[in-house]
Amino acid sequence: MAARKTTKKSNISAEELTGYYRDMLLIRRFEEKAGQLYGMGLIGGFCHLYIGQEAVVVGLEAATEEGDKRITSYRDHGHMLACGMEPGGVMAELTGREGGLSKGKGGSMHMFSKEKHFYGGHGIVGAQVPLGAGLAFADKYKENGRVTFTYFGDGAANQGQVYETFNMAALWDLPVVFVIENNQYAMGTAQKRSTSTPDLWTRGAAFGIAGEAVDGMDVLAVKAASEKAIAHCRAGKGPYILEVKTYRYRGHSMSDPAKYRTREEVQKVREEKDAIEHVRDLLLQGGHATEDKLKAIDKEIKAVVNQAADFARESPEPALDELWTDIYAEA
Amino acid sequence: MATEILMPALSPTMEEGTLAKWLVNEGDTVSSGDILAEIETDKATMEFEAVDEGVIGKILIAEGTEGVKVNTAIAILVEDGEEVPAEAPAAATAEPAPAAAPAPVAAAAAPAPAAPDTDSSPDWPEGTAMKSQTVREALRDAMAEEMRGDEDVYLMGEEVAEYQGAYKVSQGLLDEFGAKRVIDTPITEHGFAGIAVGAAFGGLKPIVEFMTFNFAMQAIDHIINSAAKTLYMSGGQMGAPMVFRGPNGAAARVAAQHSQDYAAWYMHVPGLKVAMPYSASDAKGLLKSAIRDPNPVIFLENEILYGRAFDVPVMDDFTIPFGKARIWREGSDVTIVSFGIGMQYALEAADKLAEDGISAEVIDLRTLRPVDTGTVIKSIMKTNRCVTVEEGWPRASVGNYISSVIMQEAFDWLDAPVINCTGKDVPMPYAANLEKHALITTDEVIGAVKQVTYR
Ligand SMILES: Cc1ncc(C[n+]2csc(CCOP(=O)(O)OP(=O)(O)O)c2C)c(N)n1
Ligand SMILES: [Mg+2]
Repeated sequence: MAARKTTKKSNISAEELTGYYRDMLLIRRFEEKAGQLYGMGLIGGFCHLYIGQEAVVVGLEAATEEGDKRITSYRDHGHMLACGMEPGGVMAELTGREGGLSKGKGGSMHMFSKEKHFYGGHGIVGAQVPLGAGLAFADKYKENGRVTFTYFGDGAANQGQVYETFNMAALWDLPVVFVIENNQYAMGTAQKRSTSTPDLWTRGAAFGIAGEAVDGMDVLAVKAASEKAIAHCRAGKGPYILEVKTYRYRGHSMSDPAKYRTREEVQKVREEKDAIEHVRDLLLQGGHATEDKLKAIDKEIKAVVNQAADFARESPEPALDELWTDIYAEA
Repeated sequence: MATEILMPALSPTMEEGTLAKWLVNEGDTVSSGDILAEIETDKATMEFEAVDEGVIGKILIAEGTEGVKVNTAIAILVEDGEEVPAEAPAAATAEPAPAAAPAPVAAAAAPAPAAPDTDSSPDWPEGTAMKSQTVREALRDAMAEEMRGDEDVYLMGEEVAEYQGAYKVSQGLLDEFGAKRVIDTPITEHGFAGIAVGAAFGGLKPIVEFMTFNFAMQAIDHIINSAAKTLYMSGGQMGAPMVFRGPNGAAARVAAQHSQDYAAWYMHVPGLKVAMPYSASDAKGLLKSAIRDPNPVIFLENEILYGRAFDVPVMDDFTIPFGKARIWREGSDVTIVSFGIGMQYALEAADKLAEDGISAEVIDLRTLRPVDTGTVIKSIMKTNRCVTVEEGWPRASVGNYISSVIMQEAFDWLDAPVINCTGKDVPMPYAANLEKHALITTDEVIGAVKQVTYR
């Protein structure tokens, strides 16, 4: 196995590092469990796993404050867990049960939490981009100092509405961080086959939007970039673009035969760049944690995920009259 | 502890598959992510990865086996050094997918239409002072009044602020409310509609003006997928309290791309409310209700009607509820049902028919979602005949829907088949004579009425 590059960060506390380890591991184990439940037919339809990309959302969330908002695509389970939504409620939505966060009516791709300021879960590629700018528009209108994180993929970055939104966000100085989660593939299309310029963040230049690229397999680098982006937005300087270079290990969705890349390519990233292993190394090498401590965390997380899965299986299907509710809000 | 490895479902539709090839042997150690087997689904050959780590204790299904049902045990995974249990673990560990409960038909079908229980209260108290106002002014007043009353209401669209509206509907609003609340957008319908829906998720109450509804086609994804469906998809947690408004339908001599009636399109969508007023008082009262409504409302105006004056009640706070049709003219021989600019033809036809001794009742639906079919049914129970009038195309039209409700709820009262008068089934031509033919005409409405009354 090739040696993993480890960044030395001396000023980081054991507690902080352990927190990232825990948060990323929760996402990974949760997603593995979701994949398992899908295989058992308990989860249906499309199910897009976040395995490999955990450091992106965990690093970005680490710099947010209460009241900041987030919105993303259908690849959304990681974002929900990272902003504190209940694993059981998320998993029960995947299984389409009453205890799901959308009462079983949204499914894997469409889940929301007003309480955690999580605005979905959107199934139309790119649609969340103007929606996220709109959330930021509302915050600016209310002058409440909040920032919105609008996540989208490298594939979504080719949608026209993204550039319509860049223009207005810059024109109106909206406090929005556009996070391009560049996992190098849009379904089976490698970025170079779809995109004329390799650096997606530079596309903001045409609108005068500042930005940068960041290594999305390094949670500390992501967190540092997140802090910078938030400071930019809170200072009233308008939008910011973060292109986070990452990689998804699993298929696009559960039904992806993955013939567009080699097994070796995936294996190489897993072995050399894995974000969780990276933090694990930092913890062990820095003397912040022992193997035993990490084992205990693993066990704890496994228990949380198993509990979520149990809840998601045991929660009943929604009552049939739910079919007719939530179509219109009462005045 | 030994666990079973189960035949996985690898696509949304897979029920069984072929175990094409084992990539591990009994006795092999596997860890999470290792490929165990290749499985052929109905769509593709997929690699099947291990989730747990352990040793392959026993392979239960040989490679090449076809028709292996999802959730069948295909192998047994044991811990290092553990014996393979003599008997396979109880099949109970394999949890079948919950059978999709066959929904009782009655519960799954649309709720039975309510018996015609209609609201025929007057729209304003008797004796209210009236003033003559154009539809344009009424719309502007409605927005101004609501913006005065609620800080969260704002207007955005192309040319709404400095230019005072492409059709001068937002005249004076920039002066009164300032650039924060009356916002000129770039020409970017998809983008600004999405931003407005996001702003609505974020607690504001946007009014989005489309220069005309033809251009809302660029934004239809956000109108339908983002605005109309989010309340449902979020299990009631968040929705889009907002109004999309602007002129809809044919103007004059602007040809195919600028002359289309979208009434039936939006009426189709659960989660949207749809209003299409004819008169100035309805324009005002309905727009005020629309702005207050916690749901996304499509508000279809008409360029030709903007300059038309009607009596509008002088009241502090005048609103018209959604889902309440207006009977413009009472009659006994036939019911003419219309909305929006179609009302012009309906009313003109009724005048002329009266000269021939045919008494027409004319109903303005005013809103299409919710739609007051109760008032229509009640009227048909009296007249036994019905003609619908609209400007849009004939296929999957509003009239088609009204006819179907009439057929289901008032079949025994009908003395003639309902006729739908619509625009012609063609893109709008430019030439003056052709355009006239493409639109619905008063004579066609009269002809239809004569047909259903057998005159
Ligand atoms: C408007 C639209 N077009 C196509 C699709 C089908 N689709 C779903 S995901 C996807 C690929 C998107 O890739 P990317 O933006 O890179 O996100 P990732 O899946 O990698 O997270 C496509 C084409 C869709 N959902 N919406
Ligand atoms: Mg991608």
